[in-house]
Amino acid sequence: MAAQVVAREAPNRPMVPISYYLLLAAALFCMGMFGVMVRRNALVIFMCVELMLNAANLTFLAFARMHGDSVGHVSAFFVIAVAAAEAAIGLAIVIAVFRSRGSVLVEDIRTMKH
Amino acid sequence: MNIELILFGAFALLTLLSAGTVIFARSPINSAMALVSTFFFLAGLYILLWAHTVAVLQVLVYAGAIMVLFLFVIMLLNLGESPTRGRPTLARIVGGASTVGLLVVLGIALSKLPSGPPPSLGLEGQATFGTMATLGQVIFTQWLLPFEAVSLLLLVAMVGAVVVAKSRI
Repeated sequence: MAAQVVAREAPNRPMVPISYYLLLAAALFCMGMFGVMVRRNALVIFMCVELMLNAANLTFLAFARMHGDSVGHVSAFFVIAVAAAEAAIGLAIVIAVFRSRGSVLVEDIRTMKH
Repeated sequence: MNIELILFGAFALLTLLSAGTVIFARSPINSAMALVSTFFFLAGLYILLWAHTVAVLQVLVYAGAIMVLFLFVIMLLNLGESPTRGRPTLARIVGGASTVGLLVVLGIALSKLPSGPPPSLGLEGQATFGTMATLGQVIFTQWLLPFEAVSLLLLVAMVGAVVVAKSRI
């Protein structure tokens, strides 16, 4: 009986360690952060923030798989919803800034710096 | 060598390549298209993690709705390639270098994790884990209040986007 269960489970045995997924998420997060630090176009900075949010999602899902718990999936779901709200508001701000300044480069937006 | 490892390697490599294109492309349109492909490859990785529902949501919400919004704004503002490369200021150099440092620190920390394969879900777990039914049950019992709060958040974001982007109210 036990041998039969093992034989049926064997083809679906997971092979990729969770730490690989976590390393990939860390690399993706750092790439997004690098883009936020280095790029000047506000739209590209928003895209890099989306990359960072996706890295966080990948971490949530990897830990959910590790513990066999669906709460990680729920967290990823909430992250996607918050990302949608953030994109809507952020792009509206970009449009408003472009109307008043004629530019979306972050170095041209410095009213509050002086 | 099994198929899961090959798929993981392919998706991981393509995800990192697309993410690199997002960061380094000169034109915002190229960045946006690379971001779409990043989301698709990430959805593949989610499926490898048995998160089918989240993978479908990823394609629907991210690759569908959010990226259409990005492309719409890029075309509305008529953004071309950035005319000048821009001087590397001190803040940008320090920021980029500190990101590389963060990656090294995270890599060292994560390499200390146990590297064995995750526990098997079992036959019952494989039938229910990550499905819409399971996810819905958790959301509508344990996480009902946060779920309703998210719906309110999306409503506020919708109204706020209209108010901010409208030229005259």
